[in-house]
Amino acid sequence: MKAGGALLEAEGLVRRYAMRRGLLGRAVEVRAVDGVSLKLERGRTLGLVGESGCGKSTTGRLVLGMETPDAGRVSFDGAVMPQPGSAAWRAMRARMQMVFQDPLGALDRRLPIATQVGEPLEIHGIGARSERAARVETLLRAVGLRSDQGARYPHELSGGQRQRAVLARALATDPALLVCDEPISALDVSIQAQVMNLLVDLQEQFGTAMLFVSHDLRAVRQVSHRVAVMYLGRIVEEGEPDGVLHEPAHPYSRALVSAIPHPGRAGQRIVLQGDPPNPADRPSGCAFHPRCPVATSLCARETPALKARPDGRLVACHVAHGEVSAGQGHARQEAA
Amino acid sequence: MPEAPLVITAPTAPTKTRRKAPPALVIFGIGWLMLMLIVALLADILAPYAYTALDLRNRLSPPILLGGTWLHPLGTDELGRDVLSRLIYSIRTSLLIAFGATIIGAAVGTSLGFLAAHFRGFIEQAVLALVDFSASLPFLILALAVLAFFGNSLLLLVCLLGLHAWERYARIARGLALAAGTQGYAAAVRGLGASPWRIYGRHVLPNIASTLIVSMTLAFPEVILLESGLSFLGLGVQPPETSLGSMVGYGREYLTRAPWILLAPASTIVLTTLSVSLIGDWLRDGLDPTLR
Repeated sequence: MKAGGALLEAEGLVRRYAMRRGLLGRAVEVRAVDGVSLKLERGRTLGLVGESGCGKSTTGRLVLGMETPDAGRVSFDGAVMPQPGSAAWRAMRARMQMVFQDPLGALDRRLPIATQVGEPLEIHGIGARSERAARVETLLRAVGLRSDQGARYPHELSGGQRQRAVLARALATDPALLVCDEPISALDVSIQAQVMNLLVDLQEQFGTAMLFVSHDLRAVRQVSHRVAVMYLGRIVEEGEPDGVLHEPAHPYSRALVSAIPHPGRAGQRIVLQGDPPNPADRPSGCAFHPRCPVATSLCARETPALKARPDGRLVACHVAHGEVSAGQGHARQEAA
Repeated sequence: MPEAPLVITAPTAPTKTRRKAPPALVIFGIGWLMLMLIVALLADILAPYAYTALDLRNRLSPPILLGGTWLHPLGTDELGRDVLSRLIYSIRTSLLIAFGATIIGAAVGTSLGFLAAHFRGFIEQAVLALVDFSASLPFLILALAVLAFFGNSLLLLVCLLGLHAWERYARIARGLALAAGTQGYAAAVRGLGASPWRIYGRHVLPNIASTLIVSMTLAFPEVILLESGLSFLGLGVQPPETSLGSMVGYGREYLTRAPWILLAPASTIVLTTLSVSLIGDWLRDGLDPTLR
């Protein structure tokens, strides 16, 4: 293993789904992910935020190779992702794992926890039978479960304990990459903090790189080294978490950040106009322009590219790059 | 004295998942099925007469309870054949057919359902077309055609009856495997790098087993009844061979004069199917850790 360098590189990922309206309707193409590029270094965490339906979970699955992109490519540790289901792809699972949103659904309810945590070892033939039991016990302890809880069935554990079991299973093969798809959104608020801290601890302990997919900005800030904001299948802003959260450059990120509730601070929330757009009917130009408070006529015509600002922040916005001065918003302009 | 502590510690060992004893009805069901299996296995030893042996002097003699003699405990039929002996041999034939056919149907249906769910695309369409074809074709016509063309043998009959309910298992297996595959544990296990064998054998099959077992306990009586129907039409078990169904079929003509010819196999069918249903129900609950 080489030190440093990109562990995971994704370039121009596109994933389209065909959607049919009604029984005889024409199939409409939906671009769930539309040209996403990202880079993740060893032992680092990239947070991926956005509203529901913006393609962040699909990006997670594409990056893991659970789905094949329609365009673009994913390379892991310098090698191109093999075809899903092939033997090479299966062998690669030992190096990259996923943590799911719903831990009860992700666990087989007919097998005790210890068996399931040990299953990746069995699949990839790691260790002898006797060593595996010891390894399972170490893993259970690492995620904060007692070893006697290994004999329990998933339904006999609490939500937080289940998510810990899922984490233990994901870490069994000591993977280099962990994709966490909304790992805390199904949990209680008090448990959320525990699991977040656990993730940070485990990353320090195992040196795992993480792609952290969430709609919770504060959770993302807590674990991430970099944050990417997604809107309608594209990354609109990417940078250091503190920078993005304190002075977001893209108008969408600004609205997202202002939606975080702060005690004692009121009256400065940006409420977006209109509904999230239909991904089957993507607006021209910048996809955000119909809802953007500072949109100009240029935004409706030309799609802004994701470019670096002088301070290193990547933003896809004409206004943020100073190519055009802030407008009054597209919808209001038309009405006027 | 040194042995004393050992004696005490042994029973206090944690026996967390101690199984409860099955309910009385299930014990009865298990007992009855065991009896049936023993009868089927030891038919040659247990039967007092050969099933074709005629005793023309004692035609239509009643069973003991209706004033008969110990010579023929369950009476005789119109040709003086011993009903008990014929019943014993019939149990052997019918159990073979019913168990064989149910297992063949479940195995074929589940495998095809899994194949469809795993490969999707053309294979799925082909399996579904076959399912629809099989569901829309009257089974008796298929049975008639097959038995008329290929002659009649016990093996063929078992295989044919096995095809009777396969489409039900195929539909269940495909639907549940698809549901498990898109969301949840099967997708998670796939993400761990498991081979399809492991996903379907270790995870999906045990999870859907309860539904399949219930389906099997429903199909089992159907197969017995279907076999009797076919035998009655002269397509199933051919005389002088005998089965529970054919005994009922031929006994029908003497229903008013000698009801015992029909009652003995009929009550055997009822008790056996009831036992299978009871055990199936109990197994389904017992196999599910969430219901324990």
